[in-house]
Amino acid sequence: MRSLVSSAFLLAMAGSAAAGPDALRVCADPNNLPFSNRAGEGFENKLADMVAQRFGKPVVYTWWAQRRGFVRRTLNAGNCDLVMGVPAQYNLAETSQPYYRSTYVFVSQTARHLQLDAIDAPQLRKLRIGVHLIGNDGNNTPPAHALGQQGIVDNVRGFMIYGDYRQPDPPARLIEAVEHGEIEVAAAWGPLAGYAATKSKIPLTITPIVAGEQFAPQQFQFDIAMGVRKGDHALRDQLNDFIAHNGAEITALLASYGVPLVEKRRSSAAGEQR
Amino acid sequence: MARICFRDAALAAGWIAIIGVSLPAGPAFAQAPSSDLPTRMRDANQWPMAARDYANTRYSELDQINTSNASQLQLAWTFSVGADRGQEAAPIVIDGTMYVVGPYDGPYPNRVFALDATTGELKWSYAPRPEPAAKGVACCDVVNRGLAFDNGKIFLNTLDNHTVAIDAKNGKELWHTKLGEINRGETITMAPVVVKGKVLVGNSGGELGVRGWITALDEDTGAIKWRAYSTGPDSEVLIGDDFKPFYDSLKGKDLGVTSWPADRWQVGGGTVWGWISYDPELNLIYYGTANPSPWNANQRSGDNLWTAAIFARDADTGRAKWAYQINPHDLFDHDEVNENILVDLEINGATRKVLIHPGRNGYMYVMDRATGEVISADAYDHVNAYKGVDLKTGRITPNGEKTPNLGQTINDICPAAPGAKDWQPSAWSPRTKLLYVPHQHLCMDFKSSEVGYIAGTPFIGASVDMYAGPGGYRGEFMAWDPAAKKKVWEIHEKLPVWTGTLVTAGDVTFYGTMDRLFKAVDARNGNVLWQFRAGSGFIGQPVTYRGADGQQYVAILSGVGGWPGVVANAEVDPRVRNAALGFTGATQDLPFYTAGGSELLVFKLGPAPTKDNGNAQPR
Repeated sequence: MRSLVSSAFLLAMAGSAAAGPDALRVCADPNNLPFSNRAGEGFENKLADMVAQRFGKPVVYTWWAQRRGFVRRTLNAGNCDLVMGVPAQYNLAETSQPYYRSTYVFVSQTARHLQLDAIDAPQLRKLRIGVHLIGNDGNNTPPAHALGQQGIVDNVRGFMIYGDYRQPDPPARLIEAVEHGEIEVAAAWGPLAGYAATKSKIPLTITPIVAGEQFAPQQFQFDIAMGVRKGDHALRDQLNDFIAHNGAEITALLASYGVPLVEKRRSSAAGEQR
Repeated sequence: MARICFRDAALAAGWIAIIGVSLPAGPAFAQAPSSDLPTRMRDANQWPMAARDYANTRYSELDQINTSNASQLQLAWTFSVGADRGQEAAPIVIDGTMYVVGPYDGPYPNRVFALDATTGELKWSYAPRPEPAAKGVACCDVVNRGLAFDNGKIFLNTLDNHTVAIDAKNGKELWHTKLGEINRGETITMAPVVVKGKVLVGNSGGELGVRGWITALDEDTGAIKWRAYSTGPDSEVLIGDDFKPFYDSLKGKDLGVTSWPADRWQVGGGTVWGWISYDPELNLIYYGTANPSPWNANQRSGDNLWTAAIFARDADTGRAKWAYQINPHDLFDHDEVNENILVDLEINGATRKVLIHPGRNGYMYVMDRATGEVISADAYDHVNAYKGVDLKTGRITPNGEKTPNLGQTINDICPAAPGAKDWQPSAWSPRTKLLYVPHQHLCMDFKSSEVGYIAGTPFIGASVDMYAGPGGYRGEFMAWDPAAKKKVWEIHEKLPVWTGTLVTAGDVTFYGTMDRLFKAVDARNGNVLWQFRAGSGFIGQPVTYRGADGQQYVAILSGVGGWPGVVANAEVDPRVRNAALGFTGATQDLPFYTAGGSELLVFKLGPAPTKDNGNAQPR
């Protein structure tokens, strides 16, 4: 019943940042499943509903494409107070305890029987591979970096992470290219690939990418937390409490979206210097 | 009295997303007269295009303001464009009316104003209606570098990729054409240039995987006449049998495809967001292209043609006549959209028709503009990212020790990512034979750093940590002798000099600083003659013209923002240096000097100061 109320309130307030102090004000991308969308279909939308229900508040969204400037123009502009998913070591926000850890994966049509898990596997020199490209500064996704570092370039097709924002969920084009056979394998962030595999009409195989230390500081697994404005310890503490007491529910939610979950390694060989 | 004209209701139905849409032009435009721009360029009273003339000299024959009286400059009038974001636009002045455009922000993004250039009275304003989707998708850069004019029409580029023709008399929209798609990261920030009845426009957004292009539109109808891409097959780059690059490495079929990994040219950058110059005798237009995408180079082996290059194209057909790649396989974001100034230069006793290109990479290129031969290329700032330009092959020599590589920290790369000079245009005086160059003086460390996150995808980011170059200053305004290939004088500034400049027959040159000073300088020796402390820092382009009252005026917009604000962050102060994560930096030292602004400032000579006058201009 409570979630119905919050949905109705959400509709009433859609597009408005003028929520009262008694709302859970969430900053989110309106067009990026499986994470979030304006229709509330992403697992971050569902997680926001869970948090709001626990806090006894309605959810109000500030929508903004999650790219450079997102935190500056939403969270740090004071328009909203919470980003449902950010890396646990994220300089732009104060982060909660991580609530899941996922991994970059290879995704391919099951019928291809690729048996692929290492980022330095010899067959990667032959396969048609798709990766996301970032563009800004020296940034790229870990697989794009690691393949480039090995000189695997000519058989790699780059998909801009930004895509065409008129289309639904622009980063999903990479996985669709696997379904359509334009590429034989994609190296993608787990939640995106895992969700696509649950939806795809063509059976897809997901395997976590294994990478050795030669690719440091790049890392292929990341802890994901919730982000609040720096200094907003009160909300962070409430969120930590929520995460501590709802681990099973959260994990079930993620599993229902096909998010590949990995255990945190005891010592991190690569990255996470902080 | 001021008449405000917004788009009327019929047109307010929204942009029509059709390439080449053309509204029927009124009878006045039924037969297009030949362009009246060249005539206006010869009339010193006007400032008819952002660069003043096709050669991009930004030189004015006006000499009422000169080295002996510039100290008497005073404010004549001011005007607010209504949006406190980065103000990079050049006002243009046509027949006593000034036309100026604001940034893409506030309630009326990219609003255009027509003002009496003598009194500042508002005649009309025009506000385009942006696509609602533009908000939240447009990334960072909301500046607009200015308007263009020809045959009674004002031409506006909007950030969301429309070129609009406006009736200069009354602010009524005549046509608009959508040229790109902001949802793919494409934007337009450059000032259009009109050549022989065609409006030339290029796109921005290379860092988002946009494929660069320049497009020519019919000035009467908005119909697209041709488009030339910066990457891809020759047929789309408009390269044919008559393409004659000077250097062998640039000869071959479809180099815009073969100098990339498979298909990568499709998201290869090479946008066209800088300046276009034009030589009527050769009938060639000249412009530079931006850096290749993505910035990180290890997934784009090859020279990545035709990014970071200069094109010479036929002004009528757009077909390339020659091209020269300044930075093959760019590693540093050193795009080369900077201005190309067309002058006749005495070199070794012979007069050469040259193009001068102050490179982002720190080299001053002097090129034969008929052939594309590099005559000289000399460092005008501290450069260690390269080891010089081989004049035989035309290729720059990279310094392997400065190659950015994730996992390694590469210190002391000079110039930094914005280059020794960015978009801010230089000026040329035929009297002094000197080039006046506003530029920055920054080095950087490249290192892997914090976790980044875009569209739900995490990665280890690269961070570029910029700081003042040798000597501890971040900006410089200098005079360069391109024949002697040396600096003649220089003025160091604490912050990058991000304004354009101009120079006059009175031998006065003007520029502004980010810490709010607008300065008049003796063009012969660099002595500062006058300065004015404004409300906000300067990143705009000064212009000069004569008013209806016979007075010479100098105008510039004040207001910092956007990229420049971030570049200013390159302080040698360890407390703030690391704040600029990938330039998004929240903390900057710029706020110590200035906040944003939106003020057009117009100056003229006041009465000569007399002794015992308590009301004399403070200096």
